[in-house]
Amino acid sequence: MAIQILMPALSPTMTEGTLARWLKAEGDAVASGDLLAEIETDKATMELEAIDDGVLGKIIVAEGSEGIAVNAPIAVLLEEGDDASVMDALVAAPAAPPPAPEAVPEATLEAAPEAAPAAPQVPAPAQPTDSARVFASPLARRLAVEAGLDIAGIAGSGPHGRIVKVDVESAIAGGRAAPPAPASTAPQLPAITPSASVPAEIPGAGPYTDVPHTNMRRVIAERLTESARDIPHFTLTVDCAIDALLDLRKDLNGRAPEGDEAYKISVNDFVIRAVALAMRKVPGVNVSWMADATRQYHDIDVAVAVATPGGLITPILRHADQKGLAEISNEMKGLGARARDGKLSLDEFQGGGFTISNLGMYGIKEFSAIINPPQSCILAVGAGAQRPIVKDGALGIATVMSCTLSTDHRTVDGALGAKFMTAFKAMIEDPLTMLL
Amino acid sequence: MAKSPEPSQSKFDLIIVGGGPGGYVTAIRAAQLGMATALVEREHLGGICLNWGCIPTKALLRTAEIYRNIQHADEFGLKVEGVSFDLEKIVARARGIATQLSGGVAHLLKKNKVTVFDGEGRLDGKGEITVSKEGKIVNELSAKNIIFATGARARSLPGLEPDGKLIWTYKEAMVPDIMPKSLLVVGSGAIGIEFASFYRALGAEVTVVEVLPRVLPVEDEDISAFAHKAFEADGMTIMTSATVTKLDKGKDNVTATIETGGKSTSITVERVILAVGIVGNVEGLGIDGTGVEVDRSHIVIDEWCRTGEPGVYAIGDVAGPPWLAHKASHEGIICVEKIAGIEGVHPLNTNRIPGCTYCHPQVASVGLTEAAAIEAGHEVRVGKFPFAGNGKAIALGEAEGLVKTVFDAKTGELLGAHMIGAEVTELIQGYAIAKTLETTEAELMHTVFPHPTLSEMMHESVLDAYGRVIHF
Repeated sequence: MAIQILMPALSPTMTEGTLARWLKAEGDAVASGDLLAEIETDKATMELEAIDDGVLGKIIVAEGSEGIAVNAPIAVLLEEGDDASVMDALVAAPAAPPPAPEAVPEATLEAAPEAAPAAPQVPAPAQPTDSARVFASPLARRLAVEAGLDIAGIAGSGPHGRIVKVDVESAIAGGRAAPPAPASTAPQLPAITPSASVPAEIPGAGPYTDVPHTNMRRVIAERLTESARDIPHFTLTVDCAIDALLDLRKDLNGRAPEGDEAYKISVNDFVIRAVALAMRKVPGVNVSWMADATRQYHDIDVAVAVATPGGLITPILRHADQKGLAEISNEMKGLGARARDGKLSLDEFQGGGFTISNLGMYGIKEFSAIINPPQSCILAVGAGAQRPIVKDGALGIATVMSCTLSTDHRTVDGALGAKFMTAFKAMIEDPLTMLL
Repeated sequence: MAKSPEPSQSKFDLIIVGGGPGGYVTAIRAAQLGMATALVEREHLGGICLNWGCIPTKALLRTAEIYRNIQHADEFGLKVEGVSFDLEKIVARARGIATQLSGGVAHLLKKNKVTVFDGEGRLDGKGEITVSKEGKIVNELSAKNIIFATGARARSLPGLEPDGKLIWTYKEAMVPDIMPKSLLVVGSGAIGIEFASFYRALGAEVTVVEVLPRVLPVEDEDISAFAHKAFEADGMTIMTSATVTKLDKGKDNVTATIETGGKSTSITVERVILAVGIVGNVEGLGIDGTGVEVDRSHIVIDEWCRTGEPGVYAIGDVAGPPWLAHKASHEGIICVEKIAGIEGVHPLNTNRIPGCTYCHPQVASVGLTEAAAIEAGHEVRVGKFPFAGNGKAIALGEAEGLVKTVFDAKTGELLGAHMIGAEVTELIQGYAIAKTLETTEAELMHTVFPHPTLSEMMHESVLDAYGRVIHF
């Protein structure tokens, strides 16, 4: 019985992915556990494993195809005794029914649905496969196909929202192109409704280049817009004197052994540990707002924002409160390197109850960050620098680091946030307490 | 001076000055949108179109068409003898139709609760319009929004001034007291050619002088060339690239000096019709010193018909070309819908406005000519189909004509359609719909056209553009 291999949902937020590379060719024997393909999701590149034995009969989605909807058929696996002819029906078959909550990477089709439509030789112009009919003028459809745009992703300005020529032209001019339709019978992408704030053509503007969005860029845009729009942010700033911390860091790093046990602790590693311990003291910040409840997390998992060439990603230190500084430091180095290479595994960046964003290395004095949903708090860490301070009625000099907590007011009120920051500051300023 | 009664004062949401096809249609649409609407008209409801333009000329041309057909009765196996015409009755019929329709407009306005003021409207301060009758202010109206739809009139050129007796404009030509034996028509646009066609059909020796190199100069070159031949075959004398420099009036005739190719000739005719374009009616509107800008006799507007003065709009002929009744109506509807804040209103796309000329043979077109399309940077595919290849046309005895279509070679967009021949004015809307729906050649090819009809030629022309013509 031939098996349709579907685009897996590799993360709960994933709605589509890019088929980065096929690791098997048509006709290759496949054993369960073999790597079939690399899928680029919204955050990382993942490998797709075979869970059945057989022969890769047909690749439906060519490598490099972007925006393949989750559960779209991407290939057909022939099992022993299968006749190649059974493939045709599967190739032409529409996507399997909607995924179960735990998306199953491969769905077995007992039989192709009746009256499966014959595969068109070329992708039908913007033939929507879902029930929503896209109203567009014939000319608009043709222009969209020629420009490689998904017509469903274009906002219509004609009667009853019909997509007309001018809409496609402005989509082309505005660069709000949805990814090109895959050259296959795979369903078209879900509509990506362009945001209303598409910059219009500015008369007299100089030359420019439109860089198409990566999946990652889209997800960042979508989630942060949602966060900034929907979460009532407020911020709390404290100045932390870090002279003692810097001394301790120097001392600890001076004791670092060679070889496997080596470490080099950064200020940020201290911040991670202080946050983790403060979360243990003030668990009320380790929460998520949900429609009917506030979810209190039991584990203390701290996410740390890492800049990568493609954009921001937040790998997670699990159980950060249970890890020493050296362990935090080394684990963070590994996560950072994998993040920059796009090699993080899913569990390395999904979840977390709190995020730290540190721009101190860029000399930023202080800033406030946008909350990384569904978390409730993000700590924005500025640069430590010598500043004049008043201590015991006298002017002095201290190395001061400003830290700003952005919190979701739905879950974390001012007093609670302040309590957290007090606990955090106490540990940063007296780092030996972190050893307790 | 006798003390005149105080002018009445009234407040409206919208005042429209001018009750032609732009103004009255706009008024009805505004009333539908819930605006308290006033319409100020100085002469006849329905404007030039209904009283002195589109409609009465169609009445005259219908007479011409029937007369022409009767003269060819023999071809159809009919014996008709002693045919003649009664000019007075022909004119009376046209006037009767105009009167009937003008009354119809009054009824429509009343039904839609539009208040009509008889007189000349003039802007008098922000949001204020005064209505004057014989120089006396009879009403003072105020409204947040004011639309000028005052139309246009025939243009006269130095040395070519109409006198209403020997030298006519469209207005006199519409109500002739005599049937001139010879007629000079200056200008070969739609108005000139329609009158040329009417008077030629009734037997006048007609000479048409056009300053540009071809007749019907806004039409596609193939259509102009076809028309030129057809008019000559009908017995007209056509002079293109020619200028009438002088009109010398005699007792009951006019001698015209015509320069063409550096040579000067003169002809003597009984009457002259001037159809050398139009000028906008921008005088006496009280717009001097306001933000309303006038350029070459037309009020300058933006895509939503706004003038430079807030709350003051202009539509139709007074706001510039194309000078067509249906353009005025459509523009007015866009204007009030925008004022009403209706969503999804699109500015007028002049490329989708069909134009019709009711000469013999008829001419109709929509969109870009082949030359204009190429000039606009399109790579074009052109289809042509002659009436001679259409069964219905032959059966009608109307085997002369042409249907031309222009497509963008890359996208298949229908850029323009150009037709000449019987009933093309009724056919062009098919292409207008196609353009508005943004069809490509594919939909037009897949459309089933009924047989036997003239419309099949519209199909064949599209097929021809793609090398698939069947019947030619």
